[in-house]
Amino acid sequence: MGELAAFIILAIVTLLPAVVVVTSRNLVRAAMSLIPSFLGVTGLFVLLQAEFVAGIQILIYAGAIAVLILFVIMLTQGGTGTALRQVNEQQLVGGLVAGALTIALLGLLLRTPWPLVAGTLPRSNVAAVGGAFLTNFILAFEISSLVLLVSLVGALVIARREQ
Amino acid sequence: MNWFLEIVKAVLAALAVFTFLAVVGAMLGVYLERKISGWIQSRLGPKHVGPQGLLQTIADTVKLLQKENIVPSNADAITFNVAPLMAVVAALLAWIIIPFGPAFGRVLVVRDINIGLLFFIGMASLIVIAILLGGWSSNNKYALLGGFRSASQMISYEIPLALAVMVPIMMAGTMSTVGIVEAQRGGWLGIGNWYIFGLPGNRGLLVPGFLAFVVFLTAATAEVNRVPFDLPEADSELVGGYFTEYTGMRFALFQLGEYAEAFAMAALTSVLFLGGWHGPWLPGIVWFFIKMFALVFFLIWVRWTYPRLRLDQLLNLSWKGLVPLGFVLVLVTGWLLV
Amino acid sequence: MLLDWLYVAVFAVVGIIMAALPLAVVWLLAPRADYPQKRLTYESGVVPFGQAWAQFNIRYYLFALIFVLFEVEVIYLFPWAVVFREFINRQLGGFVFVEALLFIIILGMGLIYAWRKGALEWV
Repeated sequence: MGELAAFIILAIVTLLPAVVVVTSRNLVRAAMSLIPSFLGVTGLFVLLQAEFVAGIQILIYAGAIAVLILFVIMLTQGGTGTALRQVNEQQLVGGLVAGALTIALLGLLLRTPWPLVAGTLPRSNVAAVGGAFLTNFILAFEISSLVLLVSLVGALVIARREQ
Repeated sequence: MNWFLEIVKAVLAALAVFTFLAVVGAMLGVYLERKISGWIQSRLGPKHVGPQGLLQTIADTVKLLQKENIVPSNADAITFNVAPLMAVVAALLAWIIIPFGPAFGRVLVVRDINIGLLFFIGMASLIVIAILLGGWSSNNKYALLGGFRSASQMISYEIPLALAVMVPIMMAGTMSTVGIVEAQRGGWLGIGNWYIFGLPGNRGLLVPGFLAFVVFLTAATAEVNRVPFDLPEADSELVGGYFTEYTGMRFALFQLGEYAEAFAMAALTSVLFLGGWHGPWLPGIVWFFIKMFALVFFLIWVRWTYPRLRLDQLLNLSWKGLVPLGFVLVLVTGWLLV
Repeated sequence: MLLDWLYVAVFAVVGIIMAALPLAVVWLLAPRADYPQKRLTYESGVVPFGQAWAQFNIRYYLFALIFVLFEVEVIYLFPWAVVFREFINRQLGGFVFVEALLFIIILGMGLIYAWRKGALEWV
């Protein structure tokens, strides 16, 4: 009962700002609304007992990516907060596609036989993730460092070409 | 699980911590800062209001409460008001994981979250956003620049902060603050097992332990925008930096957030490296407060000892100095532990 | 565990209310003597000139970018740090240490690249 209430509140906290992000004419306000949305997702992760991922969500999404997006937006013309017209000529087609996608997803979700018996939770979330990283998923762990290196180099090349 | 009872307990705990932060953090902290700054500068500091000037900050708060509410024109009103609130809430949330010491048979901590330290660093990241939004929403060139510089400084020092935190985590094997303090119990006079001295069976860890302490303290000073890292709010440089346009109570809220964060960093330093509430003879809570105030005194002392670093010196210190040093410390700790 | 986060949520709500309280008090108590000059943005006493946005300076963006990438790396190191001692007890300490060493070296190369390419310079 309490969990259902928490889920509903968190869903609202996630979705309403998301709507503002997509529809707001003020770019900075749109970027700002990302933050409550990310924090709502943090809460949803907590409800799924994924503490470590929730912590990462705060640290990376709300703390790093939101800062990056805000930096970029505030440094450009849109950062004055002037209202930019959201030009969207194809509202009818867009609406139809969104409706079709909703129906498809709902059908898929309602027909999947979800397992109702939860697995056993590890004693400590972080220790379980760490153990998995270092034994079963070691290759993914090392390759992710390569991915990070590649994205760092790529971003620097692109950014510095502007100079 | 009686949800309602727990919510009531949580509300009471939140009110208690907020009051503690407002009284000890802001009022006492500001008073101490002014008094100690005065003594270091061979003058007396506040003396008239109350005995030895103790009521000075209360008088200041009352004064700020009746200042006019000025919002600059063209400022984004919502963001302008939200930014100081966000700073205060982030600093308040950071205090959830800080253990005060043993009392009534259990440890006095709001909640000992399993990922406590990760949560704390996350809250430190949220304050960056509050400052950035504050600077932008004032519609003032100086405030915007100050906000950017402050945000750049704070994000640059978050990496060394996280790396320095990793050293005690490796030595204790847990991210919970109570766990880390408990792992430092015992030892000679209650001091011998502190992480700043390494591990009892592995005294080679003294070097990374002590260096991690230094890195953490440096990064923490930069995170709360204190001298020698306070260029973004330097009076002589950018007027007030990101809070140029903030007057009256909103300014006070930013200051409350900053002081609460500074005290939280001091408390966390003692939790991670100085044994938290462990110490000889005196009860745990007393030791906790002694250590926290000693570190706050140290922060104030540093303020009047070192000149302010230029922004590029500051960023170089972080990225070219503390970040590589942090990585080396983590690796050396790993090497020595094996 | 869920209870911990309930406390976090309650703290956030109470914090917002308690912080907004002084603002409400100010709104009630403060004098209102509003005239346009008072609301001008502060520019050392001169009438403000021009739009209030900074010249696009790529260095802010570069610092934020490098920060995001290194923050993600640090995130990967946290679980490793927590289970490190456990692995030592299982005689796998050296192996686990080498894994992290490799991880840090690869990203250290990234830092050196950024350093050499001048992305860490402020001017």
